[in-house]
Amino acid sequence: MLKRMTGEPLTDTTGAMVPIRDAKFPAPFKSELEYSCSARGTWNIVHTGFLVPQAHEIFACAAGCLRGVVLTAAEMNAQERFSTIEIRENNVLEGDMEDLIIDGVTDILHKLPYKPRAVLLYTSCIHHFIGCDLKLCYDRLRERFPDIDFTDCYMNPIMRKSGLTPDQLMRRGLYALLKPRTIDPKKINIIGNNLPTDKGSELFTIAENAGFTVTEIHDCKDYDAYQSMAEAAFNICYNPVGKAGGEALEKRLGQKLLYLPLSYDYEEIQQTLGAYADAIGATAPDWSQEIALCEQALASAKAVIGDAPIVIDYTATMRPLSLAKLLLTHGFRVTAVYADSFTGEDKADFMWLQEHFGELPVYATVQVKMRMLPRGTQEKTLAIGQKAAYFTSSPYFVNTVECGGFYGFTGIRQMLALMEDAFLHEKDTRKLIQIKGLGCGCV
Amino acid sequence: MRQTARIISTYTADVSGVNSALFELGGMTVMHDASGCNSTYNTHDEPRWYDFDSMVFLSGISEMEAIMGDDDKLIDDIVSAAEQLHPKFIAIAGTPIPMMIGTDFKAIASVVERRTGIPAFGFHTNGMHTYVQGASVALEAIADRFVTEQRPKTEQLSVNLLGVTPLDFSVNGSAEHLKTALESRGISVVSNWAMGDTLETLQNAASAHVNLVVSRAGIGAAKVLQKRFGIPYVIGRPYGKFTDVLVQSIRIAADSRENACPQIERENADILVIGEGVSAMSLANAISLEPGIRRHARCIAATEFAECCLGSEDRIARDEDDIIPLLEGAKVIIADPLYQPICPKTARFIGLGHEGFSGRIYRSEIPDMTESLDWLTAKI
Repeated sequence: MLKRMTGEPLTDTTGAMVPIRDAKFPAPFKSELEYSCSARGTWNIVHTGFLVPQAHEIFACAAGCLRGVVLTAAEMNAQERFSTIEIRENNVLEGDMEDLIIDGVTDILHKLPYKPRAVLLYTSCIHHFIGCDLKLCYDRLRERFPDIDFTDCYMNPIMRKSGLTPDQLMRRGLYALLKPRTIDPKKINIIGNNLPTDKGSELFTIAENAGFTVTEIHDCKDYDAYQSMAEAAFNICYNPVGKAGGEALEKRLGQKLLYLPLSYDYEEIQQTLGAYADAIGATAPDWSQEIALCEQALASAKAVIGDAPIVIDYTATMRPLSLAKLLLTHGFRVTAVYADSFTGEDKADFMWLQEHFGELPVYATVQVKMRMLPRGTQEKTLAIGQKAAYFTSSPYFVNTVECGGFYGFTGIRQMLALMEDAFLHEKDTRKLIQIKGLGCGCV
Repeated sequence: MRQTARIISTYTADVSGVNSALFELGGMTVMHDASGCNSTYNTHDEPRWYDFDSMVFLSGISEMEAIMGDDDKLIDDIVSAAEQLHPKFIAIAGTPIPMMIGTDFKAIASVVERRTGIPAFGFHTNGMHTYVQGASVALEAIADRFVTEQRPKTEQLSVNLLGVTPLDFSVNGSAEHLKTALESRGISVVSNWAMGDTLETLQNAASAHVNLVVSRAGIGAAKVLQKRFGIPYVIGRPYGKFTDVLVQSIRIAADSRENACPQIERENADILVIGEGVSAMSLANAISLEPGIRRHARCIAATEFAECCLGSEDRIARDEDDIIPLLEGAKVIIADPLYQPICPKTARFIGLGHEGFSGRIYRSEIPDMTESLDWLTAKI
């Protein structure tokens, strides 16, 4: 039972919920004070950075900013790959930020019991505002440690509302260490994801049937294997926040970016996979069988879930509205979507839902009232995503983030299978959703 | 090199200390920060987050608001939230960027209070100090603003417990047992600052005879309550047999009106405790008094502003490179498990989880040693 600190619980949802027909795209809610709920399964920049094998992370920030990232590493049991440089008031006043970085990184590297192949150096909002000469810092460090690769990473959330967000920068930085190689026309990378893509996805089968090898960073056991990703002729990206990284690689290494957004719409998937096959010179199969299998899976899930309410949040999948549309058009009862804003990829689905299911409630997740509104439902509710589970207090939830790596027609079926399983088996919501970085090994 | 940590953790920052101290008092705390402070606080610094609906929010300051010094956006957003949620008070705490642009939190609080009619405080935290600083100024503000009247003293000798947060006391029953440990020795507890008591209970604090400062976070409030009501304070955390020493000091302070920080002789100490100043010092004293151990202990205070509470054998050290030389010669080291990688292998290491250092990682293993040191005795 939630302990109330102030009187009766709120019931007025004004400002925290809006029917989709009245919602503005892409930001349905005012930007005001923000609440942060207990769901922690999404990855942060520490988790993502550790995907580079044999790399060491060094964060240079104030103690308050270090706290969260230090303990992220500790909860991953990855302290050996993680160090910090603490910025204090005197550094801000004296302007010795460059010395602090250069000497601090040097000190740490001399103390490490192993030699990392690469260092991911994270600077912060303070460096940005104080005008720290980061180029000088990296130049000096590369002179001092010529056999270690350095790359710039950022923990500067003050930039999250202007330019690339820290998450986008991190996913771009993940591949910034790749050095030019001779391109192999039969190699493809999938980039920009925290979770590995399901190997049964059409992204693999189309390419592999045409003689390509497909690699993700998760497949790279060491730094040399990671560097071999520079040989790929194509980079596939299906996550919007990974796209900037693909664009950077196209420009720097000449690897063609194939942006193939995730979708739960048959027509859109066919178009996307068709474009993919054309781009790599493969043949797209007839998808009617795949669609028939999806229809079977939808019927199966409907038989299990029936008319139970379904709520979806934006952390479960990059396309929550596309998923909502798929379910609503197949007779499921989607009763809420939790999202503070939408991406450009959501726009067509947003407009379709406005027209056909205008009463569908869209809830914010960070609006302050969400702290106080009752968390619970009257009926057995299927939640797709941790935040949806949290706000409904439902033990029946799909515990996934970023679509779980499930893409395409196979991805639809995998999601439906997860939904069925979630509806039939209770989970310990409180315990599971508070674990950081779902799938990264945190305890 | 100072300020670098190859491997150890970092303590909870001042801004989270503000949140933690005020968490159960029905107010609304706003961290003026871009992002990150909120998830850090509610994931690693606040074990009560899932179960309470306390109002702790983030301003989400943007680059442009910082460059333009747009305080109006912050004020408008706070006023809007207060109108929706009706907190008992409003606290606004700073982080690094507001410090760099010189945000005047006291002025902002004044405007917010005028517009809402709700008491408001501004704290010049900056994310560069430890939680003891933030929690201390927060409790100090409560003492200054809400404990408004001189009240008759309780008939029985009584204390307020100052500086109780989960960052030092976790959620393992230690906070509750502070009260029972004192009551069983004839001392009643008027208020607990601030776990388990309401703002209304804290308002009665002037009826206590003495304040017991159980962590460094309680010093600010203790000084204000002494200045305003003449209440003396004793520094020390009840642990095992050290509680008897504290109780004796409380009785003396109630008569003498003099502050005290009792210490016992701890010569030739070969047991070392690392942690928050008051807790580490108190545990070192308690170990030295424990008949089942028969050895002396000293401490390293790794949080700030611990000068007021240490014995002659104790030291202050915050950085990894400052701490390592002080570990030499110790036969037993008692510290949070995240310190273990820098401890010499010649010393026996006893992990004692501390939420202010390792957050939730070892929460389920943190012992409540308020009444008894049996857990530790068995390991030593």
